[in-house]
Order: sequence, then C-alpha cells, then structure tokens
Amino acid sequence: MENLMEHEIQEKEQIRPGNPIAEAIRESVFSLQNLSSYYGTKKVLNEINLDIYGHSVTSLMGPSGCGKSTLIRCLNRMNDLIPSFSAQGKIIFKNTDIYSPNVDVTELRREVGMVFQKPNPFPKSIFENIAYGLKIKGISDRRLLEEAVEDSLKRSFLWEEVKDRLNDSAYSLSGGQQQRLCIARALAVKPEVILFDEPCSALDPISTAKIEELMFKLKEKYTLIIVTHNMQQAARISDTTAFLMMGELIEFGITKDIFTHPKHKTTEEYITGRFG
Amino acid sequence: MSRASASIKAYDKLFQAAGWFTTMVGLFVLLVLFIDIFMDGYKRLSLDFLTSYPSRKPEQAGIFSAWVGTVWIMITTAMIAIPLGICSGIHLEEYARKNKLTDFIEINIANLAGVPSVIYGILGLGLFVRFMDLKRSVLAGALTLTLLILPVIIITTREALKAVPFSIREAAYALGATRWQTVRFQVLPAALGNIMTGIILALSRAIGETAPLITLGALTYIPFLPKNPISVSDQAPYVHVSAQGFLDPFTVLPIQIFNWVSRPQKGFLIDAAAGIMVLLLITLCMNGIAIYLRHKFQRRW
Ligand SMILES: Nc1ncnc2c1ncn2[C@@H]1O[C@H](COP(=O)(O)OP(=O)(O)O)[C@@H](O)[C@H]1O
Ligand SMILES: [Mg+2]
Repeated sequence: MENLMEHEIQEKEQIRPGNPIAEAIRESVFSLQNLSSYYGTKKVLNEINLDIYGHSVTSLMGPSGCGKSTLIRCLNRMNDLIPSFSAQGKIIFKNTDIYSPNVDVTELRREVGMVFQKPNPFPKSIFENIAYGLKIKGISDRRLLEEAVEDSLKRSFLWEEVKDRLNDSAYSLSGGQQQRLCIARALAVKPEVILFDEPCSALDPISTAKIEELMFKLKEKYTLIIVTHNMQQAARISDTTAFLMMGELIEFGITKDIFTHPKHKTTEEYITGRFG
Repeated sequence: MSRASASIKAYDKLFQAAGWFTTMVGLFVLLVLFIDIFMDGYKRLSLDFLTSYPSRKPEQAGIFSAWVGTVWIMITTAMIAIPLGICSGIHLEEYARKNKLTDFIEINIANLAGVPSVIYGILGLGLFVRFMDLKRSVLAGALTLTLLILPVIIITTREALKAVPFSIREAAYALGATRWQTVRFQVLPAALGNIMTGIILALSRAIGETAPLITLGALTYIPFLPKNPISVSDQAPYVHVSAQGFLDPFTVLPIQIFNWVSRPQKGFLIDAAAGIMVLLLITLCMNGIAIYLRHKFQRRW
C-alpha cells in the first residue's frame, strides 16, 4: 500500500496545464500550482496541481477528511477565517494569484460564490437574504433590488414557490428550498464561479434532484465546483472529477473516464466501494 | 417491569416532588412578603402619593422627586452604558485578537461583575463627585451605575454574539462582506434580542441599587426635580434645550424608601411600603419586557 501510494504521487505529475483534458475542454478558470496548505503545522493538502475549466461542473471526490473542503475553501479564501490556516503555492484566477498580498478578498468572494453543506440562510426575510449581497455592494435602490431578487430566484427555480411570500422568514422554507435560496443569494452578486461544499448532504432525495437539475442549468453560465461524497452524484452531474486522498490529488480527468477506466488502483478501489 | 427500572421511576417521582416543594417555598416566601407590603402600603398608594414631594408629615409625603430621579438616572445610565457596553462587547468578541492582554481584560471584566456595588459608590465618589467635580448630580450617579452594570452588559453582549452560529458569518463573508458588514448587518441583529434582554435585566438590577448612590452622597430630601431637558416658553426661540438637569442633585426610589424605613414614625413605614410597591412594579415591568423580548427574538438557526 505504501509503495502504491508513492508510485501514484509521482504519476500525478501528469496532471498539469496543457494535458489532453485541457485541450478537450475550454480554458481553465482556476489553475492550482503546487498548492499545499496547513492548519498550524499539520499539512492537509500536498502540492496539488489542478486546472478547473470554465462552464463545466468539476467534482471533488474522496474519503472524509482527505481535504476536499480545505481545497474548495482555498478558492475563495474562506480559509482565511481560520487563524491557524496557511497556504503555499499558487492559485491563478484571472491571471492573478489569489493568495498574493494585493488581492481584495471581498472582491474575490463576489466573483467566487459559495454554497455550504448545511443551508445557512440569514435569520431574515427571503427578500433580505438575497438583497444583502447587493446592499453591501452599495446598491440601495429599491427597484434594482427587487429586480435582482426576482431574477436570482428565477434562476434558482424558487420564484414560483416564494413569489407571494418574499417577506416571510427564510426559516419558514423547507431545507431544500433554503438551499436553493442560498444558491439564489450567491447568484445575486453575479459571480463567475460557484463553489458547492456537499450541498445536498443535508437534503432529501427529491430536493437533491432539484438541486442537481439546477446545477445542470447553471453551468451554461457559471463555472461550478462541487464537493461530494456521493459517487452517483459526481457521475451524474460533473464533467470533470478530481479524486483526492489524504491531501494528495490522486487522479483528475473527465468524469466518464474516471468512472469507467480509472488510471489508478486507489481510485478504482474507491469507486468500486472497497473503502471510503 | 424490572426492579431496577421501578426504582429509577421512584427516584424520578421523588425528585419531582422535591423540585416542586423547593419551588413552592420560594414562591411562598415571595408571596408573604408581597402581601405584607401590600397590606401596609395600599392605603397610601394614590396619585397624590406619586405627585407629592417628601415631607415631614408622613401623610403628605410622596415619591415625586424619587421616581422622577429614578427615571432620570436610569435613562442617563442607559444612554451611557448601552453604547459603551455593546461596542466593547463587539470589539472583544469580534475584533480583538486572542492574546495575553485580551485574556487579562476578559478575566478582569468577569471579576468586575462580581464586585460589591458599594465599592463602585466609593469609586464614583472619588472619581466623579470629587475629581471630576460633578457634585452629587444625576450625571455622577448615572456614571457610577454605568460602571456597575458595564461588565454585565459587556459579558451579555459577548455571550449573545457567541451564540450566533459561525455559519451565518460564513454566509456573509462568502458574499464578499467585510468584517464590519458581517457584524453590523448579520451578527449583531441576530444577537440583538439576547443583548437587549441582558441589558434590561442589568438595568432593572441597577434600579434597585441603593448602596452606591448613598455612598456617593445622593440626598434623601429633594423637594424639586432636575431641570427638564426640553422646556417650552412664550419667548423666542420658544423651545429651550438644557443639559442642566444632568448636573442637578437627585434622589431615587430606593434611597427614599431607605430613608423612610429608618424613621421612627409609623406613618413613614406605610409610605415606605407604598414606595416599595411602586419600585417592585417598575422592576416587574422591566423583567416582563425582557421576557417578551426574549420570546420575540427567539431564533432557530
Ligand atoms: N479548522 C481546522 N483546524 C485544524 N484541522 C482541520 C481544520 N479543518 C479541517 N482540519 C483537518 O484537515 C483535514 C481535511 O479536512 P477537510 O478539508 O474538512 O476534509 P473533507 O472535507 O475532505 O472531509 C482533516 O484531517 C481535518 O481534521
Ligand atoms: Mg468537508
């Protein structure tokens, strides 16, 4: 097992910009170069090299604790909230390294939105939940806000369900609706990329199906990156898949290839359910 | 049913009975006190009592200057203590880095909340009355009570902010909010119910405080009111604003009551009982508001 891992660590060098995947799909939105990250002195990501392509769904897969959340939270620098966190290497987004000192983190987070594992609406009305992202940008014109709220709710297929009760508390919605509200809230600030960290793990199958359908629509306009535990989900909705284990990127490629003929034994073992 | 579970059931019953009994003892004592005071005081309780100044004759004495003084002191205290306390709480909880200094401050604030109130009176006497030369004014009294309740407000604010789940902050940051935008528009509003409840309970404690104000030298015989901050006259500019009231001497309900209780005449004891009823009523109202706010702002996250 030890040897096997080492072997694979060397092989992951192949996953670099300019590989066949990059040609097959459009240009990369995020380019991770030798990304390592730490909580204190504990290393949780080890020299990750990965390109994420535009207008597609990329899923991050791997056993619990392998660093999926840490990786996805590097992309909008949410890890900055954890004092012990530090990162090395580069993440290129729009030709700049997002970890370079002159980057405006609030600006970055507007361009890279995020949806969390547990729906986390603000304890406010449905309307206010969506309007907040615009208000903090300085937009206060009521008409503009109303238009944006309607537009975002329509994009997240929630409009029909809530249009008559925009002033109700967001907590009056079901879990699945709350998660779609969180997606609408992220859409309202007009991001380019949306990160989803296990967005369906707290939802029932019907709500999950709705969110998956929604993601399918959203990828026409946005770049989506999703962490998921659920292999069927990864297979259903993603175009490319990255498989991580113990902080290492084991394999990255087109989802269909990964699931039908994985290059690495560990990946195969994982997707056939032999561990994880 | 097994023997073990039967004996668990018996214990359960026993504790239920014990709990009920102790609760009833507390309520009973309170009720007796209340009835006792009511029997003494109800004769004296009238509009006249509320609008008369203290007097040498018990049947003419009232609590006008005392309750107006209490209102003055409480409003002034609230105006100073609430913004100071909330801001300190926000700073300590949301902004200050965790280091030796903040640990030290934290421990001290917790300790200050437990300092006997008479100590604050001595501090107020030295600092506000003498050093700042505020005399025995409303402002000196309010500043002293501010010192008394500030630690409680800071601690309440911090607890309330802590109770707001991290996921709410994450949601705001993920939308590109700054720290201030997150705290001001999401965390603080979410915590406000708990903060207000705590503040009202702190104020309702301060309302009954006698020791620090007596130490300060607040007078017991005040046959006038602090000057109204806003007065109307028939001379231009018709509406006059004045801060003089803050520098006027004052008395408060508990001091007035304390004064009457220590008099030998029976009539003053009746006055004291009536005064206690008014004070109790105010405290109960404030606690009622606190309970109402707690229910109104109760959140599921
Ligand atoms: N705030 C933190 N402080 C210290 N260690 C952490 C923190 N968050 C996560 N970790 C550790 O980092 C590793 C990766 O965690 P995470 O990225 O959450 O994994 P995943 O999302 O794949 O389950 C785990 O070993 C976890 O214990
Ligand atoms: Mg995770």
